[in-house]
Amino acid sequence: MSIELIIGILNIVLISTTPLVFAGIGELVTEKSGVLNLGLEGLMLVGAVTGFITLVLTGNYFYSLFLSIISGVILSGIFAFLVLNLMTNQIATGLALTIFGIGLSAMLGKKFGGTPIDGLNPYYFIVISFLLVFFVAYFLSKTKTGLIVRAVGENHNSAYALGYNVIKTRYLTIIFGGVMSSLAGYYISICYAPMWQEGMTAGRGWIALALVVFATWKPWRLLVGAYIFGGVAIMQMNLQAIGVKLPGQFFNMMPYLATIIVLVFISSNKLRLKLSAPSSLNIPFEKNQ
Amino acid sequence: MLRKILTILSFLALISVSAVQADQKKIGFIYIGPPGDHGWTYMHDQGRIFMENALGDTISTTYIENVPENADAVRAIRKLAASGHDLIFTTSFNYMDQTLEVAKEFPDVKFEHATGFKRMDNVSTYSARFYEGRTIIGHIAGKMTKTNTIGYIVSFPIPEVIRGINAFYLAASKVNPDVKIKIIWNYSWYDPGKEADAANTLINQGADIIVQHTDSYAPCQAAEKAGVLAFGQASNQEAFCPNSHMTSIEDIWGPYYAAKAQAVVDGTWTSEDTWQGFKDGMVEMSPYNTKLLPLNIILEAKNMETAIENGTLHPFEGPIYNQAGELVVKEGEVADDGMLASMMFYVQGIDGEVPQ
Repeated sequence: MSIELIIGILNIVLISTTPLVFAGIGELVTEKSGVLNLGLEGLMLVGAVTGFITLVLTGNYFYSLFLSIISGVILSGIFAFLVLNLMTNQIATGLALTIFGIGLSAMLGKKFGGTPIDGLNPYYFIVISFLLVFFVAYFLSKTKTGLIVRAVGENHNSAYALGYNVIKTRYLTIIFGGVMSSLAGYYISICYAPMWQEGMTAGRGWIALALVVFATWKPWRLLVGAYIFGGVAIMQMNLQAIGVKLPGQFFNMMPYLATIIVLVFISSNKLRLKLSAPSSLNIPFEKNQ
Repeated sequence: MLRKILTILSFLALISVSAVQADQKKIGFIYIGPPGDHGWTYMHDQGRIFMENALGDTISTTYIENVPENADAVRAIRKLAASGHDLIFTTSFNYMDQTLEVAKEFPDVKFEHATGFKRMDNVSTYSARFYEGRTIIGHIAGKMTKTNTIGYIVSFPIPEVIRGINAFYLAASKVNPDVKIKIIWNYSWYDPGKEADAANTLINQGADIIVQHTDSYAPCQAAEKAGVLAFGQASNQEAFCPNSHMTSIEDIWGPYYAAKAQAVVDGTWTSEDTWQGFKDGMVEMSPYNTKLLPLNIILEAKNMETAIENGTLHPFEGPIYNQAGELVVKEGEVADDGMLASMMFYVQGIDGEVPQ
């Protein structure tokens, strides 16, 4: 293998893995505060289509990025209101958000499907994704606010008794997660494959969800996990192109399989489970308990 | 007074609805992707629109998009059959068994399954000889490649796709014996990101021409960005990659759809197998890109189109050997439709194995 070939492969891995890092790191923060948001796929699609439409209409990358972020704030804000104030079931609401997002993005993007655009250089986002992981890791382990987020996620009643605003904290983490998902979507439709086509995220939201579990809720592991998933996918393509026979379907399911294995591993021991998953994950918080 | 008016109005509405239902035939479509994919599903939808325009008020059409090729397809097809549709087009290979399953339950509803090979009294199959187009692009690729390496992105190992690879390679190696094709199986028809990754991987490995048998225009776009050449898929994709798109194999379904719908309206529909190519206009080549292709290659391509139409040229002319070196089509003969329809082997010269 020549150096050029290897650099080329790394380049493709970087480009294809970045959306997983964005969506995954956002969901990680949301889950750290004890909320499970299964709506990533929907949020990504709406972020992708909003950015794309704005870019087509205004030709301005800044506006398109801004509106894409706003779409994430609005949609995840609705999700937060439902699960935090109305205390709806998080799993059902998240699934509903995904289904809603798929439909909404398809409807919004109907007229824009075949519009060619100039893509944006993916390297801005790749650099930002690394900085983001660093920032989140630092935030969760070293800052007071980060510790409050984790306290809320571990035991919301204790956190509340200590005087922390559980609802407000969760609003913020959900919206952070939503914005990160929109950015992942924006990256896909503007940088990765500059186009809008319905359902173009093709399940990356679900892989990002699996990734958070795979990483056992730790930011650096999430980054490593994302690059393992992305790297394996690109490597198998390279091996195929060289002529090595590989079970391609197997590689398609690998992220999910790896996640199940991690789940089995951390669930086999109560202590390990306790050290990994936020204890209040997916449990609604009632103030007047 | 108001109540009277309302009663009369609703009565009128009822009459008009039933009048419409009485003489209009309902025609349904099952799509694997969104009509906005600018590839496979887009062309089926263009066919549907052509049919609507041709038959006017005698028919009305419905479609269900993004139907996965699993048990969900049964529900989608059944939904159309149960809601009074007279003719249902299922437009992807892996809807085959699902189509038959529903067809058994609704013997009065007519079904048309694209690219399949299982028929019943109320199930027809139809397909286009896309491989004729693959012969043309194979010829062009063989002449245009400088690195003698061609990247080929494919979806699933089904006869349709493998036939395309073989037709492409036979034509390319005929004009350029040194040509190699690198194949990546994506195991999805539609994932723009992954298709772009595959294209970039192939370009990185030295391919200077990208061929695809997947449904989005991401590979062509990736080729454009990397400054290499490409062929579009299913529809004319030149708008998305003007500096790399040499031509594209277009699927023209409209006339066939209109004819079959007319047959249902007239009550003359019968179950049959249709497989048409250049000759009947079901397959066409997009305009050859004069900025990228030298005039003599364009002329050669056009002559080949005519020769295939006339029958003087066949994409699978013997002698053809398989990878094991066995003679599968004898000299002076051409592959028959049976062999083409079930083709699951690579011809000699292609590296790698057909995935099982």
